[in-house]
Parts: sequence; C-alpha cells; structure tokens
Amino acid sequence: MINIFEVAETNEMIEKENLDVRTITMGISLLDCIDADLDALNEKIYRKIYESAKDLVKTGEYISAEYGVPIVNKRISVTPVALAGGAACRTPEDFVSIARTLDRVAHEVGVNFIGGYSALVAKGMTAADEMLIRSIPQALAETERVCSSVNVGSTRTGINMDAVKLMGEVILQTAQATKEADSLGCAKLVVFCNAPDDNPFMAGAFHGVTEADRVINVGVSGPGVVKTALEKVRGENFEILCETIKKTAFKVTRVGQLVAKEASRMLGVPFGIVDLSLAPTPAVGDSVAEILCEIGLERAGAPGTTAALALLNDQVKKGGVMASSYVGGLSGAFIPVSEDQGMIDAVSAGALTLEKLEAMTCVCSVGLDMIAIPGDTKATTISGIIADEMAIGMVNQKTTAVRLIPVIGKGVGETVEFGGLLGYAPIMPVNGFSCDNFINRGGRIPAPIHSFKN
Amino acid sequence: MKKTIITVVGKDTVGIIARVCTYLADNQINILDISQTIVQDYFNMMMIVDTNRTQKDFGDIVRELDRLGESIGVIIKCQKEEIFDQMHRI
Repeated sequence: MINIFEVAETNEMIEKENLDVRTITMGISLLDCIDADLDALNEKIYRKIYESAKDLVKTGEYISAEYGVPIVNKRISVTPVALAGGAACRTPEDFVSIARTLDRVAHEVGVNFIGGYSALVAKGMTAADEMLIRSIPQALAETERVCSSVNVGSTRTGINMDAVKLMGEVILQTAQATKEADSLGCAKLVVFCNAPDDNPFMAGAFHGVTEADRVINVGVSGPGVVKTALEKVRGENFEILCETIKKTAFKVTRVGQLVAKEASRMLGVPFGIVDLSLAPTPAVGDSVAEILCEIGLERAGAPGTTAALALLNDQVKKGGVMASSYVGGLSGAFIPVSEDQGMIDAVSAGALTLEKLEAMTCVCSVGLDMIAIPGDTKATTISGIIADEMAIGMVNQKTTAVRLIPVIGKGVGETVEFGGLLGYAPIMPVNGFSCDNFINRGGRIPAPIHSFKN
Repeated sequence: MKKTIITVVGKDTVGIIARVCTYLADNQINILDISQTIVQDYFNMMMIVDTNRTQKDFGDIVRELDRLGESIGVIIKCQKEEIFDQMHRI
C-alpha cells in the first residue's frame, strides 16, 4: 500500500517543483470534411471539431481535480489544412477563411491553441501547399489561436530548398504583419524536418494522415522535478546522475500516461501517445537550462553543454519509455530560449550563442526554438539558418525545427516580451555574411546516403 | 474499490483530525487507514478512504475539503489513489 512518504513526494513535485501535464491534445482528422465548395468545407470543419472537442476542456479540468495535478493546456491538432482545403481553395485568401474557422471553433470549445494550419512539402509543393504557405502571414495576423507549421525536409526525401527559400520570406512577412505585437505571429510558426504525425506540442502540432480519425496525445513536463532530484546527487559520478534522471523521468511520465488513459476513456477517443518531453516555462525552477547547470555547467552554453544535453535527453527517454505504453511526438528535452529563464539568463550573460544552440539541437528533441533575432535580418539569411537546421535533422534521422522571431523595429541588445507561456527574450545577433547565392539556386537537396555512417 | 488519498499538511492545532473525520462521516466516506507524522513542527497526515458510498461528486468533495482546510488553517488535498500508485509502483 502507498505510504505517507510516497504521497508527500508526489505532492511536493506538484506543489513546489512545477510537475504538471503540459497538454492534452486531441488530434482530429479533417479528411472527411473535404468539399469543393469553400463555405461547405468551413461549415464541415467547424462541426467536426466542435462535436469532437466540445468536452475536451471540461474533461481536462475534471481529471486535474481528480488527481490533484495541473493540466496546463487543452489543445487541438487537425489534418494539415493544405490537404483538407486543397479542393476548395483557389487563392491564399480562401485558406485564410479556414484559419478563421479554426480560430472561431478554438474559442468556442475553449482550447488555447489549435495546430495544423500546415503543409507537408518535404519533396515538392502542390499548388494548394504553396497557396497555404503564402497565406500564413495573413492567417496568423488575423487569428489568435491558430498555429502553423511547414515540413520542408525529411531523411527519406531530402530538403525542399524552394520551400526553405519561401519560408524565409514567409517568416519575415509574418513578422511584418504582426509587428504591432512584437512580431508575435512568428511564435506560432514552425519549420520542420522529419515532422512527427502525433506531436501534441504547439506550435508544431498537426494530425498526420497516418493517424486514426480522432486521437488523444499527451505531453508531459517536469524540468523542475529533474532539477530538484539532481540537487540531491551533487558531486556524484555519471552513473548515479543518469540513474537519477531515468527514475525521475519514469515518475513524471507515469502521470502523463495516467492522464492520457483517463482522458481517452472519458472522451471515448483512442489513446495515441505520451510525448516524454522536458518542456520548460518562464516560471522560476521550471527550466531545462537550470538542469544543465545542476549537471555541472556554470551557464547553459559553456563547453560541455552539448554533452550534458545529450545525456539528459537520452536518460529522459530511457526512463520515460518504460513508463508509457506508447511513446511518440517529439520526446526529449526542449531548449526554447524565450520560454526558459535559465536560457534567457545564459543569452544575456553572453554564454549562449545561436551557433551553440544549433550544436545543441543535434542531440535534443527539437531545434532552434523561440529565438528572437533582429527585425532587419534578410530573408535569405533566415532561409540559410533553416537549411542548416534541416540538414542536421535530415542527416541524423531526427526531428528538427526552426521557430525564429525577427522582431521588426528592434535590434541586438533589446528585449522582446511575448507574455504568458511564450515568455520574453533578448534579441540575439545573427551572422551577417551572405548566403544569397546558395539559397537562390532553387531545387532540392537530395536525400542522404543511408550507409557508410561516419 | 476505488480508493482516495486525503492529505492534510499544516501547523499542528487542536481538532484537525476530528474536523476532517466529521466531514467524512457526514458524507458517508469510510476511512480505511490513517498515518500521521510531525515534520519540523508541521502536521502531516494521510488518510486512505473509500468514496464509493458518498452521494457527492468528486469535484465537490475536493472543493469542500479545500475550504475546510482553509477554515482550520491547513492544506487539505483529496486525490484518487492511482496517481500515487502509477508513480511509485511498476
């Protein structure tokens, strides 16, 4: 039987160490909404999402009360809209009408984000894909809760450099379109390589075409819990360090598994996966960078950072995999800058640069995330940064992503405030040398060889 | 039988257990086990209870115990047992 110390440990994690379930995300297929008539399509999308998710928020709150654990976000992901809207949309503005529908239904059912305003163009773009991508700046400026993502590469197909070039321009246009709000639109736009079909985390969540009609995916969190556990093994060797992370990740993930199963049962929607992620927030003590410091670095970004992050990421997976019956999504440590107080401090102190962050993304779960850069950065430079990050994902057979925010009207040394979970960030310098001729070539980078691994 | 764990944490004072038990009895909630310690002057109690016979909604019990805790000056939490079981047992 459970004893008082185990109960106290769990409640301590919840109350003092920010243990929470970061998100319950319902994936909803829009493939059965496809219609050649735009109004009919919008109506069907609204109905399908509303009927599927009307009890999602209420259920999340009920489960939260039952177990006494916060469930921070309730969200929805849908089939990439470029696929669902291809038959009906003739112009980018037609796609924007779907974004408005998604925003309206998100408000109606009470979720704080809805993901899937997306296109999958790893090898090539259809006319619909390109229209959707070109509509992103307007869609993100005119809606509040819609999140957008574009997959521009994969290990199997290589990198679509035409799409990479286009995304550099689209990110800048999105920044322009939302410049009144410090270019906030870019915080809702992710460029992927090897995007997973079942990711519950925003802004990159969409409901892949390989998925069932509806599914419940859960993202766990818990950097604070790992940090506190590591405080008790200061000075111990790597074996003990790694064992401690694994055991802690197991406990954190079990909570996610429990919540996912319960939500699935109550909503009558199949359980998909638990995403085993260490997802930081700007709250003090909820930081991945602080874990790196606890492992033994003065600041995130110091020599040793990539190795420390690699072991952290791996142990989180090893501990989490056994705790959940199905693992998926991004699974690993997130290293967003603006959403992590320790990362913000490291950037402000000059310990962490864009180049070091790029190196870190080789061994962690996502990529260059929530990084504010000067608003006068060239589109081709942004495309160059995207191409580098996509190449890391393509060659290493992992998901990588880019979520950069060129803050219009601001430069290095200034700070940008996004508010809430999105946090704030010092604007980071970008290498000023040109890559125009590289980006302007056009075409695709071929898929990498899958043998001769060196 | 689905079990529920009630925890009470706070500064020790007269009648904490009595008031919690009165609430539970009034609502047909059966106590299966009680353990209690004092850690650094703080009263720390855990009860394992059976809520099968109560007519009340679980969310209401959580809220009412929370309010009761406030009136005594302690923190009372009421959680389904599975969260602890899942976390601490393979």
